[in-house]
Amino acid sequence: MKNITDIQNEIIDNFELFDGDMESILFYLMDLGKKLPAMPEAHKTEDFIVKGCQSKVWVYPSFVDGKVIFEADSNTEITKGLVSLLVQVWSNQTPDEILNSELFFIEKIGMSRMIGSQRSNGFSSMIKQIKMYALAYKAAGH
Amino acid sequence: MSNIDITSIRNQFPILHQEVNGKPLVYFDNAATTQKPKSVIDALVKYYSTDNANIHRAAHTLAARSTDMFEDTRKTIQTFINAKEAEECIFTKGVTESINLVAQTWGRTFLQAGDEVIITTMEHHSNIVPWQMICEEKGVILKVIPINEAGELLMDEYDKMLSSKTKMIACVWVSNALGTINPVKEIIQKAHAVGAKVLLDGAQACSHLAVDVQDLDCDFLAVSSHKLYGPTGVGVLYGKRELLEAMPPYQGGGEMIKEVSFEKTTYNEIPYKFEAGTPNIGDVIAFKYALDFVNEIGKENIATHENALLKHCMEELEQINKSVETYNYTSLQEQPITLIGTAKQKVSVQSFVINGMHHFDAGMMLDAKGIAVRTGHHCTQPLMNRLGLDGTIRASFSVYNTLEEIDVFLEAVKKLVVLTAKHTK
Repeated sequence: MKNITDIQNEIIDNFELFDGDMESILFYLMDLGKKLPAMPEAHKTEDFIVKGCQSKVWVYPSFVDGKVIFEADSNTEITKGLVSLLVQVWSNQTPDEILNSELFFIEKIGMSRMIGSQRSNGFSSMIKQIKMYALAYKAAGH
Repeated sequence: MSNIDITSIRNQFPILHQEVNGKPLVYFDNAATTQKPKSVIDALVKYYSTDNANIHRAAHTLAARSTDMFEDTRKTIQTFINAKEAEECIFTKGVTESINLVAQTWGRTFLQAGDEVIITTMEHHSNIVPWQMICEEKGVILKVIPINEAGELLMDEYDKMLSSKTKMIACVWVSNALGTINPVKEIIQKAHAVGAKVLLDGAQACSHLAVDVQDLDCDFLAVSSHKLYGPTGVGVLYGKRELLEAMPPYQGGGEMIKEVSFEKTTYNEIPYKFEAGTPNIGDVIAFKYALDFVNEIGKENIATHENALLKHCMEELEQINKSVETYNYTSLQEQPITLIGTAKQKVSVQSFVINGMHHFDAGMMLDAKGIAVRTGHHCTQPLMNRLGLDGTIRASFSVYNTLEEIDVFLEAVKKLVVLTAKHTK
């Protein structure tokens, strides 16, 4: 399994190909969203909605063989692409790895320019939520 | 098409001449706020560079100059809305404050338990919440005029609601989300027949339609400067003199008093009674230049131009629905586009949804092409609920927009429809 730093560097490399062209970046995000494994409808409950997002975003955690697995979905395609990046980076890692990681790809791919401060808040909520799940698994002694 | 020189108008708006995401800016979010002509921007710079002083009291030259200019705007807005007297025009922060002022002063004084206030389904939150607050406090019943599918008021239902219990009709003149022009003159006549007062939310109407408060005979009119080519943070509450005089002050402080002692304070005359504290002097002064800008072009010319833009946009959006084969989106389950707001009487606002694409995604894709539209519920959640939507894409046009810009926008919308069709395959 690749480590969190390697995955982030890969994401940065992929975004660099677009040379800042916003339309291509949005198309790419939408495609990334489509590649996310389908989230079972049963997991899309009020409990797993990320609060503070303008669109609806669900993140559902599970714990398998010492690693946290994240499922995610959104009712808007671009947001689904954004949350898929977090899943790419953080799913299938241990709680410690998640909690100790620094997210440097967000700044590097120019996320703030992409989504503006309103959506940045929503994105921060997703990050917080994922770290909370990791912390909960760690605290539960896993 | 019309008698206006669009190039010279556009040249007065510095902000329009820029690229966004590498594409020329197409600004279609005018119902949220309009851009400002250079005369307004220059007036602000001039005021702070040469005239800044607090108004109405000091004896010095700058204060006199500032006061004169401030009061000059009051006279200009008086003429603009054809109020009988300048004193009937109170400066506020905007429509929201104007409505809150009426709800909290007139409402608190004249509403009693069991009375009824009527609003419409298409109100902006700013003309719902202030009334809910006072109704809850006073035990007053809030009634809502329903609409049809096109987004027009059901006037028969309105007729049925009116009774001697009706005390206020607070009604949007032009819907920000749908563009519908409501039959306000009829609404006012019928309200007066049962002895009720009428407040018009003029946020959208004042930049598109001729305003004559005496002819309408409305009791209150709320205006926002920033939707009328002027600065943000300035608005006007027009009220009939006898009503404003009967209303208690809204806020206490400087300017609104006649005499203050620790035992008793007497209040100033209108409009000052309602203008406590140092007002937004610079922006009020610059607002006059926005009104001059509109007057110079003429409301009629503005309407002719904007209506042509709306007609073209509506027709071409409909055309997309008729061109399913051409654009190869036969995979779509339903027609690609649903127009939201198809009233017979409309201003240049068009809401729509692209079926199969979330409005947020559409908004971001359009922004990537340099096109600014509004997406979401437009601060009209009850209206969206009524229409069974959680939001729309809204394009709203102003005097500086062009048919060419609409074509750029339509091309972008077509691409989004093609994209949606590809994704649903």
